[in-house]
Amino acid sequence: MLQLAKIKKSFHEPDGTVLPILDIADYHVSPGEQVVVVGRSGCGKTTLLHVISGISRPDSGRVKLDNIDLTVLTEAECDRYRAERIGYVFQTFNLLAGFSALENVLLAMRFTGRRVDADRARQLLDRVGLAHRVTHKPAQLSVGEQQRVAVARALANRPKLLLADEPTANVDSGHQQQVVDLLRETCREEKVALVMVTHSPDVSDQFDRIDRLEEINAVVSV
Amino acid sequence: MSLWKVAWRSIQQRSLSSVLTAVAMGLGVALVVCVLVIHGVVKKSFDRGAGGYNLIVGANKGGQLQLVLNTVYHLSRPIGNIPYTYYEWLRDHPYVEAAYPLCMGGSYKDHRIVGTMPDMFDDLEYSEGKNYEFEEPNRNFYYDEFFCAVVGPTAARKTGLKLGDTFQITHGVKEGGEPHADKFTVVGIFEPTGTPNDRAIFVNIEGFFRLKGHVHAEPDAVDPEETTASPADEKGDTPGAPGETEHDTHSPDHAEAVENAEEDHAEDSHAGHDHDGDIPSELKKVTAILVCTSEENLVEAMNLQREINGQTVAQAVVPGDVITELFDGIVGNVQLVLLILVVMVVVVAGLGLLVSIYNSMSERRHDIAVMRALGASRVTVMVIILLESILLSLGGGFIGLLLGHGTIGAFSSRITEETGVVVRAMQFQPTELILIPGLIILASIVGYLPALSAYRTDVAKSLQS
Repeated sequence: MLQLAKIKKSFHEPDGTVLPILDIADYHVSPGEQVVVVGRSGCGKTTLLHVISGISRPDSGRVKLDNIDLTVLTEAECDRYRAERIGYVFQTFNLLAGFSALENVLLAMRFTGRRVDADRARQLLDRVGLAHRVTHKPAQLSVGEQQRVAVARALANRPKLLLADEPTANVDSGHQQQVVDLLRETCREEKVALVMVTHSPDVSDQFDRIDRLEEINAVVSV
Repeated sequence: MSLWKVAWRSIQQRSLSSVLTAVAMGLGVALVVCVLVIHGVVKKSFDRGAGGYNLIVGANKGGQLQLVLNTVYHLSRPIGNIPYTYYEWLRDHPYVEAAYPLCMGGSYKDHRIVGTMPDMFDDLEYSEGKNYEFEEPNRNFYYDEFFCAVVGPTAARKTGLKLGDTFQITHGVKEGGEPHADKFTVVGIFEPTGTPNDRAIFVNIEGFFRLKGHVHAEPDAVDPEETTASPADEKGDTPGAPGETEHDTHSPDHAEAVENAEEDHAEDSHAGHDHDGDIPSELKKVTAILVCTSEENLVEAMNLQREINGQTVAQAVVPGDVITELFDGIVGNVQLVLLILVVMVVVVAGLGLLVSIYNSMSERRHDIAVMRALGASRVTVMVIILLESILLSLGGGFIGLLLGHGTIGAFSSRITEETGVVVRAMQFQPTELILIPGLIILASIVGYLPALSAYRTDVAKSLQS
């Protein structure tokens, strides 16, 4: 389902020097598969998710999702494709403060260009145990509740792939397992492939497939 | 969820800053509203002044503007007099449907006294289809009620004159002159007309003539050589024209008649003003004549004006032309400058809007990046910022309309008192319709820069920051 081929990504430093980040020859994730990517801080885990989601374009190589090459799409097409096919859960949740829990989920639906399905948004919030908190703003929710809203938002458009960037990093240890369980269960129910980035062994050890970035990224392995 | 709602949520999130920005915009819009409404009031007030007649005929001494200012707006000084016989000639002229003589030069408590005939209030329309109205027991004076008066509503309020009150006319248009001995009785206060006549006091012209010194011992002698012959002159029925020797031959008799009339008046002034005996026309003079020509044939009005101006006795002006010239030349320019100034205030408020949104961009860049990560295109986030700018502007416009019309409403009674034009808080000027598209255009222009900043947001960088 997800295929990365000969991906190279580098950043340009202010002094003009080029800083290589990713050099991945081949990487793939099957439909409905749950994968955890681990690696030390600064090794390019978030950049990898940005490249997969089309937020960042690789310098070279191909990113294919459902046999569609994101690198040949225009930026607008890529945005639309991301909205429709990819869910994203951020480390800091990134809920929009001015919107209620329900509106945060609805907002994600808005960008697909399809009809906004308020019933599904409510069902998802119900699924993550927040049926009674739909009108609450993020500031009125606990950290764990905020992360659950973020999960509901990521699943709003029935994506094929859900990317989670260290979703337990800002959650206390008591709630870490709840977040992991929620992500894995909902992805399983919705038949969504999951690629989760983490540096926590407690989290990564629960996955059948653990990809170490040092092993797949030539830049890190050098 | 519409993009309007997304923009609205963003405004709500920064409520204090948004409200202050909208209020700043609102103050500018309120100023525009006030200027537009006042502009409309002034224009209406000017236009209304000369309703119901086509020509003003006055002495051929001063300028046209002075004649109009004095006759229509009761401003400036009377430019001189013309013989009453000239009025009679005009009244009987085939082109003339009605003529109303006016005598000026007196005042009461700084309000102009105008001597005229009762027809003016019975027949003349002060505005299209609108006649002077008296609410009972107020009424117009009759021909034979020489020492009766009707008072404009503003003049009544300011002078304190009430129905049945008597007053003495002061000689001259300013206070401080010598009062005439004779007293006039107020028989009516007419309903507000929104014209300058609301500020004046109208007395029976016959009473005005009977005031001491208001008739002339010698009839007017007009140099025939200075008068251009006209068709009417040739018939010998134009006053002051060749062939008017009849007036001259009667001079001694007229002088005697005047003396008699004045003596009679002096004796009767304390006995109900029951004056007997007419004053010969040749001894009377008027300050101006309002002339109505046939409505169907405006050419007649032009021909009559040309005919009058071809003589040396009087001049005829079309009040509308002079008023338009006056309004466009002086008042219109002042209004334009005022309008430009307040539009600049709105533009400055627009710049405030730009600064407010642009400054908020740094703190919102992360939210914009999140929306982009969720699939919003660059254009979508740009549109959201533009909509936010438009909403703030329209909010400011709404506040401005409320504030502007509220201010107008608060001062409406004062405006009506001063100008006679009835203004209500919810009375909108058609030009205010420009405000809505104007504000949208302004908001789009000032919102473009922050919108462009949103468009250029580096998603990956902003998400990591």
